[in-house]
Amino acid sequence: MTPTLQFFLIVSAALFCIGLLAALSRRHAIFILIGIEMMLAAANLNFIAFWRFGARSPAPIGVMVVIFSIAIAAAEAAVGLAMVIAIYRHFRTTNVDQFNRLKG
Amino acid sequence: MSVGAFDQIFIHLKQWLLSPLAGRVPGWLLQIVSSLLNIAVLLGVFLTLFALMSVLERKILGRMQNRYGPNRVGPFGLFQPVADGIKMLIKEDIVPVSADKVVHFLAPILVAATAILALGIIPYGRNMTPFVIDGGILFFFAVGSTTELAVFMAGWGSNNKFSMLGAMRAIAQMISYELPLIIAVLPVVMIVGSLNPDRIVLAQKYYYFGFLPHWFVLTPWGATAFILFFVSGLVESNRTPFDVPEGESEIVAGHMTEYSGFKYATFFMAEYLGMFAVSGLAVTMFLGGWHPPFPFLAFIPSYVWFFAKLSVLLFTFIWVRGTLPRIRVDQMMNFAWKFMLPMAFTCVISSAVWYYTGHRLLAWFWSFAVIAVVYIVLSLFLDTRRKFTPRTYRFAE
Amino acid sequence: MNTVAFAIIAIFTLTFALAAATNPRLMHAALSFAAMFVGIAGFFFLLGAEFVGLVQIFVYVGAVAVLIVFTILLTRRETQPHHGFKWGGVIVAGAVFAGLLWAIIKTSAVSIAAPLVKALTVKQIGEVLMTQYVWPLLCVGVLLTAALIGALVLVMEDRSER
Repeated sequence: MTPTLQFFLIVSAALFCIGLLAALSRRHAIFILIGIEMMLAAANLNFIAFWRFGARSPAPIGVMVVIFSIAIAAAEAAVGLAMVIAIYRHFRTTNVDQFNRLKG
Repeated sequence: MSVGAFDQIFIHLKQWLLSPLAGRVPGWLLQIVSSLLNIAVLLGVFLTLFALMSVLERKILGRMQNRYGPNRVGPFGLFQPVADGIKMLIKEDIVPVSADKVVHFLAPILVAATAILALGIIPYGRNMTPFVIDGGILFFFAVGSTTELAVFMAGWGSNNKFSMLGAMRAIAQMISYELPLIIAVLPVVMIVGSLNPDRIVLAQKYYYFGFLPHWFVLTPWGATAFILFFVSGLVESNRTPFDVPEGESEIVAGHMTEYSGFKYATFFMAEYLGMFAVSGLAVTMFLGGWHPPFPFLAFIPSYVWFFAKLSVLLFTFIWVRGTLPRIRVDQMMNFAWKFMLPMAFTCVISSAVWYYTGHRLLAWFWSFAVIAVVYIVLSLFLDTRRKFTPRTYRFAE
Repeated sequence: MNTVAFAIIAIFTLTFALAAATNPRLMHAALSFAAMFVGIAGFFFLLGAEFVGLVQIFVYVGAVAVLIVFTILLTRRETQPHHGFKWGGVIVAGAVFAGLLWAIIKTSAVSIAAPLVKALTVKQIGEVLMTQYVWPLLCVGVLLTAALIGALVLVMEDRSER
């Protein structure tokens, strides 16, 4: 049997929940960013799956959204990692449990 | 332009080999067998070329340095790769105790794999592209950018400060020069209107006045873009004068320090295959692919022309290696960001000017003028000669 | 679309995603993260969006993954303290997955097969990008420039304080 849309949605839901797991349970700042990137990737997969299985309009809307989403995710990863480096220089640790003082 | 019988000989051979299977197996299995045949032939041709080139390079470098290269093993030393291969295979494989076993093992495999993947989309002759992908050029660059991660794995997996430093320098160099590499390709893609390497080769098949080829390297923007692409290709494959990652007098062997025997041979092979891939793409995009330079030479098969042009480019790689000294890291970075990137953007603008002022002689003049103006302005701004004051000597009185 | 191909790519992607989320060794998790994106690009190829798959490999594996490993290198201590792992996250993630799974299975409109369509060429994407979506393209250009400058400003060491 060929894969229906449900298979792709289940895989992308699993990917989203694994990303949520990484973002919620890891205590290293970079891993929380990795979890966020995973959630974005799961959403992209959802977009492309719906574009493929849905009614075809002349414009490839799903593909366009994903292209812009990839670009924006890359920009967000760059800024997030720059912030992690800046915070590390101040606190000398990347454990998010210890980012509990606002005094700079 | 007549297509000789030898031109399509490999296509007919492959069809003859697959004909017993044609009617009797399902379509997907036939496709897999056909792809495997393509891959086997590709690997065979390029590994032989790698072996040949490793000895030819040493001989040509030797001749440039006024000495013979290796000439003991076999006629004119041409069996040297066999001796080298046996030596590499029987060397003891040393892995440092504190190295990360999985990452240390996978790194050379990934570097070689990405180099081989990039060879799959280049058209080697008429109808002889191993894998036709619609976004072939983008595939080439995507695979090339994966090489950086593999180099980092090699440097980090060795758990050695020299390796780590070497890997960081290698990645900085590769990322900086990836931008001019890609933007230099952009004018060609713009003019042709497609990312498919077959279409790019087909767009260069015309001849002006019946005998001058329509190759992109013979236009002002094409020549500049070709030079930029070639220099960036030199950098991407870590060749002298840009071989800071493997400079022996500086950081031992960079990210390849802790690798011995067959794994080092794999890195070596990956560097040469990267060179072949970049040269192949340069031939496809700028030098007209498998088209002959003059139409009356069309009786020579198309793949012969491709490999002839490839050989010229590889000889230029070796020639540059024998001529220029190593460039310092900061000089290299300055060169990439301050000179090559603006020149690459100028190529894009110049090709647009060429396209929109028609295809007359005036178009050549205007596009050349754009490039010349930017080059002169950049040379004036980036002049570093006046920063050195005359030397003053102070002697003890 | 082949079920075998789908199964292989799905197992590959989910395995590396789990490894990236739970492996206590930082570098291995970061490299599994890169491998997971190759798997997702495989999904994109399977679904017929080859251009997006190639852009994904180019941007994520070639740039974002390299950024992440560099940041891990730059924020390393000699004695690596063991960061904890909160098990509450597993319960929340499991609950969210159960909810999404229930919603997907209950919706009958999504158990459809793929319609047979023409392949999407890069030329079509280019045309649409330059005519209908030219404003988002320019905005993304401005956004990327702003992100680049912002990231540089954040990590630049303040030379005036020395």
